[in-house]
Amino acid sequence: MTEPISMDTIEPTDPPRSQWADVWAQFKAHRGAMWGAGIFLTIVVLVIAGPWVYWNDPQFVPTGRDFLTLRDTRPFYVGFFDSDAKTNWLYPLGTDNLGRDILGRLLIGGRISLAVGMAAMILSVLLGTLIGVMAGYFKSLDGILMRLTDLFLALPLLPLLLVAVLLFRDRLSSSFGPEGGTFILIVTLVGITSWMQTARIVRGDVLALKEREFILAARSIGTSPLKMITRHLLPNVMSPIMVSATLGIATAIITESALSFLGFGFPPDFPTWGKLLFDSVDRMELYPERVIWPGMLISLTVLSVNYVGDGLRDALDPRIRGR
Amino acid sequence: MLTFTIRRLILSVPTLLFISFVIYLLLELAPGDPMAQVPLTVPAEVKEKMREALGVGQPVWIAFPKWLYQFFVVEPMYFSDAVFGTTWSEGQQRVISWQTRSPVMDIVIQRLPQTLWVVGVAYVVAIAIALPIGIYSAYRQYSWFDNAGTFITMVGFSVPPFFSGVVVIVVFSVWLGWFPSIYDTTLVVDSWESFKKQLQQMILPVMVLALQITSQLSRFMRASMLDNLNQDYVRTARAKGLGEKTVVLVHVLRNSLIPVVTVIALGIPAIFGGAIITEQVFKVNGIGQLLITAIQANDLPMVQTLTFIFAVLIVLFNLIADILYGILDPRIRYD
Repeated sequence: MTEPISMDTIEPTDPPRSQWADVWAQFKAHRGAMWGAGIFLTIVVLVIAGPWVYWNDPQFVPTGRDFLTLRDTRPFYVGFFDSDAKTNWLYPLGTDNLGRDILGRLLIGGRISLAVGMAAMILSVLLGTLIGVMAGYFKSLDGILMRLTDLFLALPLLPLLLVAVLLFRDRLSSSFGPEGGTFILIVTLVGITSWMQTARIVRGDVLALKEREFILAARSIGTSPLKMITRHLLPNVMSPIMVSATLGIATAIITESALSFLGFGFPPDFPTWGKLLFDSVDRMELYPERVIWPGMLISLTVLSVNYVGDGLRDALDPRIRGR
Repeated sequence: MLTFTIRRLILSVPTLLFISFVIYLLLELAPGDPMAQVPLTVPAEVKEKMREALGVGQPVWIAFPKWLYQFFVVEPMYFSDAVFGTTWSEGQQRVISWQTRSPVMDIVIQRLPQTLWVVGVAYVVAIAIALPIGIYSAYRQYSWFDNAGTFITMVGFSVPPFFSGVVVIVVFSVWLGWFPSIYDTTLVVDSWESFKKQLQQMILPVMVLALQITSQLSRFMRASMLDNLNQDYVRTARAKGLGEKTVVLVHVLRNSLIPVVTVIALGIPAIFGGAIITEQVFKVNGIGQLLITAIQANDLPMVQTLTFIFAVLIVLFNLIADILYGILDPRIRYD
């Protein structure tokens, strides 16, 4: 008599892996995405923790004699090849024409730029998902919501953004303060002008999912529409939403800097990267570093976010994963 | 195909009307007074008369149809007068800019050549660079060329024009002194010398714009080539002994160009819209710069007309892209 094969001998050798472990493994293999994630996290940590650790007050304007000695200090590295340059190790990246510390302003400005980017991204993804799911799930809403999306796509957005900033800036500033008002305004404007792509993708995915058997099964046991959406549809459209959320941060940061650059952004006392760049353009021949640093930070942030988005797209796509 | 085109054309009319109405309402809310610049010595009642003459403060149901009439009836009539010598537009009121008190369309026509030159040339240059890069990096996927190309397109994608513009100015006009940093629109090209000057001042803005457009197009071209390279018909073509050149440059390329052509068509409104930021950086006084100054000066008829022209172009080229897609790809049937 042969012995029955015991179950122990055919036990799989690898421990079972969850879906997210697979995604992480694929994401790790994308070198650009790992670099991007690392750089982005570094920038975020620097910008959040930096102003606490850093010794100079970004808003401090020296007066009297100090003003003359401190203003227009060059970054420390300029001293290596130009011994005449005015450098000061206490002000690593120098000071601007009012004697304010540039590194401190970059750190504070980064906080605002990143906060605008994140908040606008969240708003745009929420709107896009809401409209996409509604249009995909409820047939009666599909026509009107998709026409609305087409309409928004046909609007010339940058001109309208500029007009809208002019329109509402004073009103919001008077009720929420100049900084808070502009923040709310820019986040709202960027949010409501960038949800269309997400909505289209989500709608397409929901339409495809609706034909699947598990949805039919869920409906046959009497699941309510709300539960259908939150329990069965949303988890399945998470991957495109995550990708467009990542890319949304990049668009929001660029739009905010573009607005600041055109002079339609935050008020003068609140530095953002775009504003710092805009303020320094006039004197960039004498002080190129004041243009280069904020520009580098914007580009680096956007570049790293784009790479993360690229890696996420590959990692979340089951057709690519595991190849 | 024809019924589809007609249906879309008819559908685009209410869309455009609605867009123009939305823009109008948004502008109507805008704060600011076109008479703010008039000296204080001008009496209040005279100012009131001037406001009336400009049509400020008219109710929406009078002012909006009036603008529509001026834009869709009077302006084309005037255009035909100028071209064919008819006399339809005599005594008709055109759309007047509050800023310069001259017809809006005249200023637009003045500004258009600069924009078309700079942005149009950048677009052509970008297409000429992007397509070969996209084709080759898809053909040699994950080679060093592809990786370098991906990195450069990512950079071109991520660096905003207001930074890349400033960097090229610092490098090429401040440090090296090769090209001027400001675009001189008064330059008249009538000799070899002035032509060289024109080329020199165009290089920087074209470079900045082309970098941006190239990155988008070449990524698209690469993705489209990759989709096609794994298809069965490619294997068939190779199996029947066609040369590699024929397979890639005839069979695959022709099929992958279909979506790319529509993307190129979708980008054309941006040429007329002018690159607002790039024009601002290089002081090109094109359409984009006109729009910015009009917004800052509260010149509502100008802003309204310009944004509406942009909207028309966007809708029109969306339609053209859809039709092109249908013509180029026989698998697509709209009816």
